Amino acid sequence: MNIAIAIDQIPQDALPSASEAGPVPTRIVVAYGFWIFLLSDIVMFAALFASYAVLVRSTAGGPTGAQLFSQKTVAIETACLLFSSYSSGLMSLAVNSRRYLRAYVGALVTLALGAIFLSLEIREFLSMIAIGAAPQKSAFLSAFFTLVGCHGLHVALGLIWLIVMMVQVAVFGFAARVQRRLLCFSLFWHALDIVWVGVFTVVYLMGVSS
Amino acid sequence: MNLLGKLDWNAIPLHEPIIMGATAFMVVVVLVVLGFVTAKGAWPYLWREWLTSVDHKRIGAMYCILALVMMLRGFSDAIMIRAQQALAAGGAQGYLPPEHFNQIFSAHGTIMILFMAMPFVVGLMNFAVPLQLGVRDVAFPTLNSVSFWLTASGALLVNISLAVGEFSKAGWWGYPPLSELQYSPGVGVDYYLWSLQISGIGTLLAGINFVTTILKLRAPGMSYMRMPVFCWTALAANLLIVAAFPVLTATLAMLALDRYLGFHFFTLEGQGNQMLYSNLFWVWGHPEVYILILPAFGVFSEVMATFSGKPLFGYRSMVAATMTICVLSFLVWLHHFFTMGASANVNGFFGVMSMIIALPTGAKIFNWLFTMYGGRVRFSVPVLWSIGFMVTFVIGGMTGVLMAVPPADFQLHNSVFLVAHFHNVAIGGVVFGVMAGYNYWFPKAFGFKLDERWGRASFWCWLVGFYVAFMPLYVLGLMGMTRRMQHYDDRSWQPWLIAAALGTAIILVGVVCQIVQLVVSIRRREELRDETGDPWNGRTLEWATTSPPPAWNFAFQPKVVGLDAFWSSKGRALEARNDPAPTRAYEPIEMPKNSATGFVTAFFAVVIGFALIWHIWWLAGVGMFGAFLTLLAFSFRRHNEIEVPAEEIARFARVHQAGAAA
Repeated sequence: MNIAIAIDQIPQDALPSASEAGPVPTRIVVAYGFWIFLLSDIVMFAALFASYAVLVRSTAGGPTGAQLFSQKTVAIETACLLFSSYSSGLMSLAVNSRRYLRAYVGALVTLALGAIFLSLEIREFLSMIAIGAAPQKSAFLSAFFTLVGCHGLHVALGLIWLIVMMVQVAVFGFAARVQRRLLCFSLFWHALDIVWVGVFTVVYLMGVSS
Repeated sequence: MNLLGKLDWNAIPLHEPIIMGATAFMVVVVLVVLGFVTAKGAWPYLWREWLTSVDHKRIGAMYCILALVMMLRGFSDAIMIRAQQALAAGGAQGYLPPEHFNQIFSAHGTIMILFMAMPFVVGLMNFAVPLQLGVRDVAFPTLNSVSFWLTASGALLVNISLAVGEFSKAGWWGYPPLSELQYSPGVGVDYYLWSLQISGIGTLLAGINFVTTILKLRAPGMSYMRMPVFCWTALAANLLIVAAFPVLTATLAMLALDRYLGFHFFTLEGQGNQMLYSNLFWVWGHPEVYILILPAFGVFSEVMATFSGKPLFGYRSMVAATMTICVLSFLVWLHHFFTMGASANVNGFFGVMSMIIALPTGAKIFNWLFTMYGGRVRFSVPVLWSIGFMVTFVIGGMTGVLMAVPPADFQLHNSVFLVAHFHNVAIGGVVFGVMAGYNYWFPKAFGFKLDERWGRASFWCWLVGFYVAFMPLYVLGLMGMTRRMQHYDDRSWQPWLIAAALGTAIILVGVVCQIVQLVVSIRRREELRDETGDPWNGRTLEWATTSPPPAWNFAFQPKVVGLDAFWSSKGRALEARNDPAPTRAYEPIEMPKNSATGFVTAFFAVVIGFALIWHIWWLAGVGMFGAFLTLLAFSFRRHNEIEVPAEEIARFARVHQAGAAA
């Protein structure tokens, strides 16, 4: 059926324009507010990206990105994070269809992949510091550790959040507000993926190519 | 390892009589207030009705009270600066040593922008926006309380710096390398950093809350082009908060990393880049200026339409101008440092953009003038502030356009001409705006009007005092006086600086008049009481409910059919006055439940901030754990809403109508 005709058949006065419809349901309010928060978070990352771009050549005689970055580690990290987004998606589907076991499994896989990502990143940081490429060495390394570390901090907070949410699922079941929070969590987790794509491109790919 | 970090008895400047005097005064005031509350047995009331309240009207009022208190603090700094500069000519050194003088101008700027102007505009938005939109609360009421208390935490840290340690000596923007550890080894910059970080997070959360409220929670029928202009300006300001404050957070975090962990973002070593800080800071800082002025524009729009008895002239152009300024405000930041050494093309671009942003502002001025034209203007106190604004702001705007010309700016950069310019727009725009809003919405918030006579006296003192205090600075700027001088050799400057100090004294009289106005109004509140809920013959929905409004704002959700929703409903009520009033049954209303989350989180925020400032690492850990547990406890709360029974709403309506008839 043609949608345009269907809308045409509804009496016009029965259908106020969307902006006149009045307050929206809580689920939409919460998700919308969280979108706005994510935008602000991405603006913060934008400032860190800009600083990194300005300082990337300020190595002060220290090592450059091309000398430091291991593409293999970064590839594994990226795979972990992207797959954790997939498992987080599966978890959301399970939450929507109210299946506990699938939701817990999805969360567990997401947690595990996130933890692998974090431990790889920490190992990378420690190995760099061990060879003297610490953030105190140059402006470039300061910007690198801050940008990548800020993303890592977000992942760590996301993992704590996910653990709390699993406890809430156990305590409250799939109550409306638990569902809303899980919706926000999955938005957050996907946003971290998007930021990581930026980090991967700007820091690692462009870093080793130059 | 020292359990108290860098903190010891030397942190308290016992040998500085001025600081100790101010500290003693502050402590006495706090003790008197606490003692008064205890003597009255008002703690349970305060805790239940205010400290843990998630009602947007209460939170808005608390923001404004915080702003008024911090205004006294910031204004004391201003008096000290002007007195010092009036005295310290030629060989004289005045009464303030340089390190103290530097703290004072840094504290003055920080407080006036972030802890006076910001809380005031956020407070007015908190109070008025949900009422104007015809809704019962903001999108996230508990988050709103967290926002407020985090702002208060930042303000508290700034005040603690007076007694324990010192405040930043690096100006309110904290430019490196001066603000780096190498040149500012004390705790001053750390106080600055953490008070701004904590209150900045609060402001960001408030911005998210308001954008969501305005875009998703308007009353039925309140389409975008029916929103009061104040709501539009609030939307623009909060969009700017969401887009700009994260940059401040990131920038200050980088400076903190430099100072705490030896990073090299802005240092002289390690190829740090000082101008990166300036750029990032003003990417936040210039939108911040518009975050402050846009809601003030909104207040003037409401006041002008109400007191002229006419719809606002050019509503659509007002909305368009507001949103244009919102976008353009991100394209002018470089005019704060044309002298950086960017190419002529870069400076040219930012110069032109800075001139262009004056155009929508000019359009607004004409709209307000045409609103008054042909109207029956009542020269009440809010209107006086608005007219004072229009005259003063045009002058300030034009000196701004002068400095938007890069070659001229090379002469005027860092001179007191600039100081005069931004006070001209900040006082003439923001302060006059919040004062208009304060006088305009006070009866709605507390149920009685503010005294007109003292209000007028206060306005005239402020207006005259402003011109006497700041016009000499334009002259001095052209004579070559740079800003932030603790003393100077050129005696020909002194008469102008004495005039400026006299102007500050006149403003002081204005501030005293405001305090008297408040006291007199509270004492005469029975005479000044507003029984109708509509003391000014208003046009927007906040005047459709009682003064003060009940916690649920509106017994029935308003249905909006046009612009100036309340005004048009008054017209319809007149037409329908012979018809029997339709009787509607009251229904129970779900309202958000009080929560101590905001207050407790903010307490831990103060602990974290103080611990980080003094390098007390274990205490910072305790604070973070405490804040985490508080938020966790909130997330496990089973009931976030309480139901107000229909009988209570009916009883309130009966009492209110009886009052209106009497």
